[in-house]
Amino acid sequence: MRRTVFPHKLLPWLLLAPQLAITLIFFYWPAAQAFRQSVLREDPFGLSSQFVGLANFRKVLNDPAYLNAAQVTVVFSVLVAFFAMTIALFLAVQVEKIVRGKGLYRTLMIWPYAVAPAIAGMLWLFMFNPSFGTLAWPLRQLGINWNPLLDGEQAMALVVAAATWKQISYNFLFFVAGLQAIPKSLLEAAAIDGATKRRAFWTIVFPLLTPTTFFLLVVNTVYALFDTFGIIHAVTSGGPGKSTETLVYKVYNDGFVNLIMGDSAAQSVILMVIVISLTAFQFRFIEKRVHYG
Amino acid sequence: MKTANLWAIGLMALPMAAQAQTEISWWHAMTGANSEVVEKIASDFNASQSDYVVKPVFKGTYPETLNAGIAAFRAGQSPDIIQVFDVGTGVMMGAQGAIKPVAEVLGEAGFTFDKSEYLPGIVGYYSSPEGEMLSFPYNSSAPIMFYNKDIFEKAGLDVNTPPKTWAEVWAAARQIKESGAATCGYTSTWLTWIHTENFAAWNNVSWGSNENGLAGTPELAVNGPLFVKHFQEMADLAKEGVFVYGGRTSEAKQNFTSGECGILTESSGGLGDIVKAGINYGIGQLPYDETATGAPQNTVPGGASLWVMGGKSDEVYKGVGTFFNYLSQTEVQQYLHEVSGYLPVTMAAYEATKASGFYETNPAREVPITQMMGKAPTENSKGVRAPNLPQIRDILNEEFEKMLAGQQTAEQAMTAAAERGNAAIRDATGG
Repeated sequence: MRRTVFPHKLLPWLLLAPQLAITLIFFYWPAAQAFRQSVLREDPFGLSSQFVGLANFRKVLNDPAYLNAAQVTVVFSVLVAFFAMTIALFLAVQVEKIVRGKGLYRTLMIWPYAVAPAIAGMLWLFMFNPSFGTLAWPLRQLGINWNPLLDGEQAMALVVAAATWKQISYNFLFFVAGLQAIPKSLLEAAAIDGATKRRAFWTIVFPLLTPTTFFLLVVNTVYALFDTFGIIHAVTSGGPGKSTETLVYKVYNDGFVNLIMGDSAAQSVILMVIVISLTAFQFRFIEKRVHYG
Repeated sequence: MKTANLWAIGLMALPMAAQAQTEISWWHAMTGANSEVVEKIASDFNASQSDYVVKPVFKGTYPETLNAGIAAFRAGQSPDIIQVFDVGTGVMMGAQGAIKPVAEVLGEAGFTFDKSEYLPGIVGYYSSPEGEMLSFPYNSSAPIMFYNKDIFEKAGLDVNTPPKTWAEVWAAARQIKESGAATCGYTSTWLTWIHTENFAAWNNVSWGSNENGLAGTPELAVNGPLFVKHFQEMADLAKEGVFVYGGRTSEAKQNFTSGECGILTESSGGLGDIVKAGINYGIGQLPYDETATGAPQNTVPGGASLWVMGGKSDEVYKGVGTFFNYLSQTEVQQYLHEVSGYLPVTMAAYEATKASGFYETNPAREVPITQMMGKAPTENSKGVRAPNLPQIRDILNEEFEKMLAGQQTAEQAMTAAAERGNAAIRDATGG
């Protein structure tokens, strides 16, 4: 095999320049700022600034509110990833069974993905607002004391539902693609051997979907961790109490509402470490292709 | 930050066109009808003289505007005037060097600033402990009580005598619920502002040491017996379903405008939405606790004020001074008061509104003013201040929510709130 060598020295750099510039300005520069800020203690206006070493990190990690946020984040992410994937898989399998109008169903399923997180949050908020929500009323009639403004578990259920609903489309798309890639011959062979539909699914389809599932697991976790800020901000603002305050929401709340820059920066550095490890994890395992087929 | 840069570029490009005029940028957080008032005041001022041009820019909600201002300051591109909400006052006061006191700006521009011309309750809140006015009170509001007359009638309550004390409110609210006139008796917006900060002032009890923080860093006293009693009563009512919690800010207004709740305590600035909802409403004074000695005292202003940023040219400061002088004129203040529902800031504007007969047709519009002016303020009723008041409010709200959900008693909630709040204050002051 012959390597293609371009004669230009400058041109490749020139072509790369826009992307590099964007990465430098919108990623490296703010990241460097966050690192700098995380070892300083400053007033909001930056009029006085004091180097405190790792004191901000120590403070954050010893803060019960931070540990609470970490716990909330784990519960929230696990629930969102689990429901978003199971429901999407179920729907993808069901769509495969439809003979006519498959395209229409698929299009309808993909729509919610186009809705911005904050709008999705508002939709769910309106439906389940305890005083004027259209779906809050039937819940009350069922004898459920529906009040997510005060009940932390109900508030959590509400943000999980909104975040899940928005993510199902994305997962659905990947599962449909994954299902289409499964060779029909395998399923036919199973049918000839007398396997039931259920058995064929669990012994053939599900294992062959593992790469997709694993990829989605990572994507969904990252989504639940970082992209759900808009939903939480619109629906609960982290309340009631601190029962829906995730790590990302706490960064915003401490930095932009309470103006404690050092703590907020330390928290974002910790988040950065989490993202980097998640991404590294994904690359390591996805590259190896989890595959039992 | 990006918009701040764009704005700065815009500013650099413009002076070419209007060479003789000095531009003054004004960042604000007013929406709807109130933003039209901002635009009108600015354009009227611009038309009234030819040396300065005031350019209002909408920057989002109150916290967003404050954050945009802080970010712009850090980038060296702060606006000339910025509107900061009441709870941000402590943050701005702590930023000496970033701001220029309004009294100084007015003085340097050649105007005499006479404190006695302004409503004392408002000026006191926006002054330094030494008495220098630091920011210009643009829009001030006070908490008042709204009640639904139709629901009152259905419940067999007298529509012309609204309850005066909290005990009377609780009784009326119970009657509303029990008679089936409405599903909820009472609700309230802004529990922190109305039920702690104003509750303290109105009942003349301490919210925190050092004159509630106006004379120095406060040590919170919200776990005092009167607060505990009051919040336990609210928690009990919540359990019975007589009091319904709406949310941390102004969400509860919807519970009232939808006809779900019979009584609401809200900012006087919320009047517009209640009028729009077409409810047969009445207005009463903010209720007080009858066991408190000397109650009712006076309420403290909410709303926002205009701050002048530091490091600008003399020409800009002269323009800002001229603009603020224009803003304090009686006709401008009267317009602001009558259209927006916020309080007038000068005595002359209040007198003029009175003389015009406005209060005879709208008697309820005077309630927030008489509430604030009724008595000379004590050390408990000049307002509250902390370097991190937004955070203190968050902490209080979190504890209230846990209490209203039945997870803790009022005593536990207020003790925890005071402890956590004091720790946060110590942190913020570097103690």
